[in-house]
Amino acid sequence: MKALGSRFSFCAGFVVGTFTLYVFLRQVCFERTLSTQQASSFDQQLEEDKTIWKKDRSALFNLKHPHHTGEDSGMADELYKKVRILCWVMTGPNNLEKKARHVKSTWSRHCNVVVFMSSVDDPDFPTVGLGTKEGRDQLYWKTIRAFHYAYEHHSNDADWFLKADDDTYVIVDNLRWVLSNHTPEEPIYFGRRFKPYTKQGYMSGGAGYVLSKEALRRFVEGFKSKLCTHTTSVEDLAMGQCMEKVGVLAGDSRDTLLRETFHPFVPEQHLTAKFPKSFWYWSYCYYPISEGPNCCSDVSVSFHYIDASHMYLLEYYTYHLRAFGYRYRYQPPAPLGYNIEQSSSHDAAEGKKELTSHEKGQGEGDDPSRTDKKQDIDPPPAAGKDPPAVPSGK
Amino acid sequence: MFDLHFLPLNVDNLIHARPEACFPPSAKCPVSEYSTIGDHEGETEMARQSYGTSTCSYDTSLLQATPVSMEPPPVSAAKMLCEGGHFMKGMVMGGLFCLFLSLLGSFRLSTESKTDDSNHHHHHVKAPSKDELTRLSDVHMQEFGNQVQVSCIIMVQPKILVYWATAVDTWSKHCDKAVFYTSESSKALEAVDLNENDDWARLRKALKHAYENAGDLRWFFVAQATTFAIIENLKYLVLAKDPNEPFYLGNVMKSGELEYVVYDSGIVLSYEALKRLVHVLKDEDKCPERGRALWQLSEDKQLAVCLKYTGVFAENGEDAHGKGLFNSKSVDSLIADSMKANPRNVVEGCCADMAVTFNGMSPNQMQVMMFGVYRLRPYGHDFHDSIVFNPPDGSDND
Repeated sequence: MKALGSRFSFCAGFVVGTFTLYVFLRQVCFERTLSTQQASSFDQQLEEDKTIWKKDRSALFNLKHPHHTGEDSGMADELYKKVRILCWVMTGPNNLEKKARHVKSTWSRHCNVVVFMSSVDDPDFPTVGLGTKEGRDQLYWKTIRAFHYAYEHHSNDADWFLKADDDTYVIVDNLRWVLSNHTPEEPIYFGRRFKPYTKQGYMSGGAGYVLSKEALRRFVEGFKSKLCTHTTSVEDLAMGQCMEKVGVLAGDSRDTLLRETFHPFVPEQHLTAKFPKSFWYWSYCYYPISEGPNCCSDVSVSFHYIDASHMYLLEYYTYHLRAFGYRYRYQPPAPLGYNIEQSSSHDAAEGKKELTSHEKGQGEGDDPSRTDKKQDIDPPPAAGKDPPAVPSGK
Repeated sequence: MFDLHFLPLNVDNLIHARPEACFPPSAKCPVSEYSTIGDHEGETEMARQSYGTSTCSYDTSLLQATPVSMEPPPVSAAKMLCEGGHFMKGMVMGGLFCLFLSLLGSFRLSTESKTDDSNHHHHHVKAPSKDELTRLSDVHMQEFGNQVQVSCIIMVQPKILVYWATAVDTWSKHCDKAVFYTSESSKALEAVDLNENDDWARLRKALKHAYENAGDLRWFFVAQATTFAIIENLKYLVLAKDPNEPFYLGNVMKSGELEYVVYDSGIVLSYEALKRLVHVLKDEDKCPERGRALWQLSEDKQLAVCLKYTGVFAENGEDAHGKGLFNSKSVDSLIADSMKANPRNVVEGCCADMAVTFNGMSPNQMQVMMFGVYRLRPYGHDFHDSIVFNPPDGSDND
């Protein structure tokens, strides 16, 4: 009846009014208690994305690599210009949201160019469609096509070409340090060196590996001349065998204290785990394995099996968290031929300016990648070469 | 058509009615169940019968249709009320009612909330900004650096032996002095045996011991062995502060009226604060050894109570941007939270660059953090900090 109806509608109105205002108030209150560090809104982030990346076809060109307030990144900036790296990331359509997205938000921002390689074209992410299927047996096909793509489209955009998985974390600044004493004209490639099945060894796929421009050219040539073919789907081994055939050298990526920089496992495992002696790792590593803190260089380049949250954790550890004023024990020697602006080691800078660039990448003997690096923190005795610069002190 | 002659519920009475909860909204309003319209007493009876304990628990005795004229609502609302019908009236009443309740509620919402409200000027201690540091000369800065010496008081127990071993092997090496205090002795554990099972009594003893053996050290950092601390960042926080002033810093929480520093993210005390504390610990009235209340206050709250008597108040340690430096959670837990809260800016939204403590990490994770803090870094990025802290002797993981 009418009265019933009106009473009902009054009550219903009361309830709706209460609920609406409650929700409204809650939203308002929630907004007010947000801390000052909340992320910028979605639109703002899109705008920021546009200022970081320039999307060109399916590659992302880095417009400005990240800087930290209050830091002096002079050396990093110089290396960024002189050691240009194209990072290509092996991924697939099912992993874009789970894995590749986090690569995009973290370490790939430090590459000069990044290309995400998938089996399927995706203009939004963007990913390149390599025209393969997905799966472990396709790994070497994807690798072959990815490197060919990089060579055909981007050989002028970079000097070095890095392959990484979507669960590899790469510290690109440190990779530039490793490569800084070499030139892209050298036929050489770097990674975590494994020894079996090949004469000179091959580089672990998961830990990532990087080819010089010359190495890439020879790789592509090798396929053209049928010297290299798709031999096996074990991508890293097949890669190593091809590299050997076309005369590309397997480089030594260790730092000057002979600690490894490319790592096939997560940091926790390298730093704390005791691998059982029967584990394949022991027989695969080309160089002697160190367990504990000596496993890993201060300027480590890569870790593998890194999931999404671990990527952000590594980004935090590498680029953010630090001990104020701490003077690091290991001071990696500055690359030859680079100017460093130092208030305290002016002499070192002077000494360095005298070195000409032909000092870089001298190949002597069968392991040229090592000769430059046999230095200690103290200046080594001059062995027929001008002593390299004293490491930058704080 | 709206029938003015007959108002189902007197609006005035509704204002005085006290429905239980604003939310969740209960649609179990007895109105629709009213049998006859005119008979209000009958309605009340019906309501009680069908609903027993009231769901839409109006004070049903007020549901008399008294011929009281409605208070004139504001003009526009009046128009609405006249035209929109009962529904609109209900909505407006509901909205006003909810507003009223939430205003009441906001007075009660301050318990156990974090005091990172930027209106509390007295309760924050911020680390010096880069500008502040550059104002002091290099010589001064290094002097400050050398003077800030931290004595670490680390509480362990034999059942968490592995944490003791990890603390010894990792972060405690960066303390100028590190002393471990245990609840009971154990052959494997090298620590001062306090022989005390009560947490608060143990903390008292440890602090007294540390004060008596302070030597030249003027800053004291109390932590459990399950906490990881970056002592250089602690020094950075207290760099320009005078330890002869009372400072009691850390991650500050509020419990009722008491602001206290949470134990598991580390407690920083200046010499003056510790001196006052040791003095008041002797006062059985203010600072009883076995805790005064019928229910045991946790030892960090007890500490705050005692210090409050001496005029020392808890202050939240923050960086120059206001981000908390003392964390009660582990770093991966904070990253996971940040991935949900700021998916587009995870790392920036997570944790401070100069964080001092994290809690709840496994021994292995602590070793990784050691590597991450003291070794791993991107080549070519330098911070020319105005102070240099040297690495400790005889250590290989930093």
